[in-house]
Amino acid sequence: MSKAEPKGKKNQISKREASNPAALVFLAPYLILFVVFIIVPMVIAIGLSFTNFNTIEFPTFAGFLNYINLITQDEIFMQNVLPNTVVYVIIVGIGGYLLSFLLAWVLAQLSSVPRTILALIFYSPSMTSGVAMAVLWKIIFTGDQTGYLNSILMNLGIINEPIIWLTNTTYLLPIVIIVALWSSMGVGFLSMLAGILNADEELYEAGAIDGIKNRFQEMIYITIPTMKPQMLFGAVMAVVNTFSNGAIGVSLTGANPTPGYAAQLIVNHIEDYGFIRYEMGYAAAVSVVLLAIIWLFSTMAKKLFAEKD
Amino acid sequence: MAYKGSNINPRKFERGQIKLIVAVAPLALFMLLPIIYIFCHAFKPMEELFAFPPKFFVRNPTLDNFRGLMKASQTSGIPLSRYAFNSLVVTAADVICSILLSSMAGYALSKLRFKGKNTLLEINNAALMFVPVAVMIPRYLVIDALGMTNNYLAHILPLLAMPVNLFLVKQFIDQIPDALIDAAYMDGATEYVVYRKIIIPMIKPAIATSAILAFQQVWTNVESSNLYMNEDGLRTLAFYMNTLASANNTVAGQGIAAAATLIMFIPNLVVFIFCQKSIMNTMAHSGIK
Repeated sequence: MSKAEPKGKKNQISKREASNPAALVFLAPYLILFVVFIIVPMVIAIGLSFTNFNTIEFPTFAGFLNYINLITQDEIFMQNVLPNTVVYVIIVGIGGYLLSFLLAWVLAQLSSVPRTILALIFYSPSMTSGVAMAVLWKIIFTGDQTGYLNSILMNLGIINEPIIWLTNTTYLLPIVIIVALWSSMGVGFLSMLAGILNADEELYEAGAIDGIKNRFQEMIYITIPTMKPQMLFGAVMAVVNTFSNGAIGVSLTGANPTPGYAAQLIVNHIEDYGFIRYEMGYAAAVSVVLLAIIWLFSTMAKKLFAEKD
Repeated sequence: MAYKGSNINPRKFERGQIKLIVAVAPLALFMLLPIIYIFCHAFKPMEELFAFPPKFFVRNPTLDNFRGLMKASQTSGIPLSRYAFNSLVVTAADVICSILLSSMAGYALSKLRFKGKNTLLEINNAALMFVPVAVMIPRYLVIDALGMTNNYLAHILPLLAMPVNLFLVKQFIDQIPDALIDAAYMDGATEYVVYRKIIIPMIKPAIATSAILAFQQVWTNVESSNLYMNEDGLRTLAFYMNTLASANNTVAGQGIAAAATLIMFIPNLVVFIFCQKSIMNTMAHSGIK
């Protein structure tokens, strides 16, 4: 503070009211990286989606061809990728979100020590990122009788022969969903837990006096309205987490595309076209569709939980 | 009997809480078992890895798998220490720079007045839903165009701008009373002094939280090694552990892969346990309004 020059107090404050040059200095490093690695790639994705680009020759303009092909020609996208993604998003995204809210709600009613232990248990799978733990799930779902799940089910007499889980097109998507759900209690879960814990206790007492009859009513009329901002943050994090975990199927089976496209999600489809077939223009069009889906979900969440002023 | 309202954040453990714990116990078990299992598997000697029927818990723990891991890396030409060194450098640089960037930008967005502030805030709120995998191709093109392939910078720079961290830090700085900062201005402090002497000391929980989120992101990141690095010597521990995990389908390989997974997981767990109070403190301000 010794560096400060003697200036009029009014002058000091009014200078900070208007455009503040220091703000630019503080913001610039973040903004530059934000633009270069988030904004520019998004713009490029949109631009490339209107071109044919094989990474070797310069992209040629193709109009809406990629989008038209995606809807009319790409049978795999329409018959496997899109339905898989919808099922996956409904269960992992929406289901996982509701589950993390319910868990946060239950945990908030425990005293500090059991709550911290349980929160750690629920949160720790998300630290591993589903992909890194592929090895673990691979061992559990090993296809012969040495696999843990097979061994347990055979012992219980539920199945007679081992099931080759990870190449079986019936079980692959459910397995991917289970693994994704397992690692879905992330930052959003912690945020909602903190949101419930910080609610004003008097509100709950007042609610009980005003005729709230059970825990369910209390959740709808008091808990959720008081923590809408956290509900929204949790929802956005759920969307991000759901789509970021899309690579689980590929790391479990070790192959892209996944066997019979059974667990092919939109993220895998992008990778398939972009880095395996080098049809970057087409892959970019799929990326834009993915960004649109994410945007749609987040907008829905905002509609649900936005605070009305 | 009239409903008394549930007891949020109770101070003491009461009998009523037992039924809540029982209700979530099956789910907790489902979440916990794979974690326990990875601990057990990493320490199993060969005969237990091969055991039929398979055993969940380890009987005679050994460090064989960890020794196997060291050996496997020696035969591949690049020592494990090289990957570990890369990971340490990249992780440290990313965490430190990310904290610096988010706290500086968070301070500007929270406490400084300038044109376009609200627009920036809205853009960052929208960017919270940004999913890096959606733009992996154009990102690759950007890094290629900048000539950053086979350069440490390609590990670090793309991960630095984290909208979530900026958001959490900014929300936390919002809690600092303006009067405190105004008083410092009156005493003649510049913005840089305010940032260093007032903001940084008061937002330690938010800094811890953003450090953890940055750490988790960079520590397990395999994409940068996969896409931007052609030389094995520049790739990270996460990448190497991942190749071990996906390449080894033999039972012996499983033990090594489990050891590798455990090594990647432990730092995450330790860091989280140490900082969980700070995290919950930060999360209390995490709502999007």
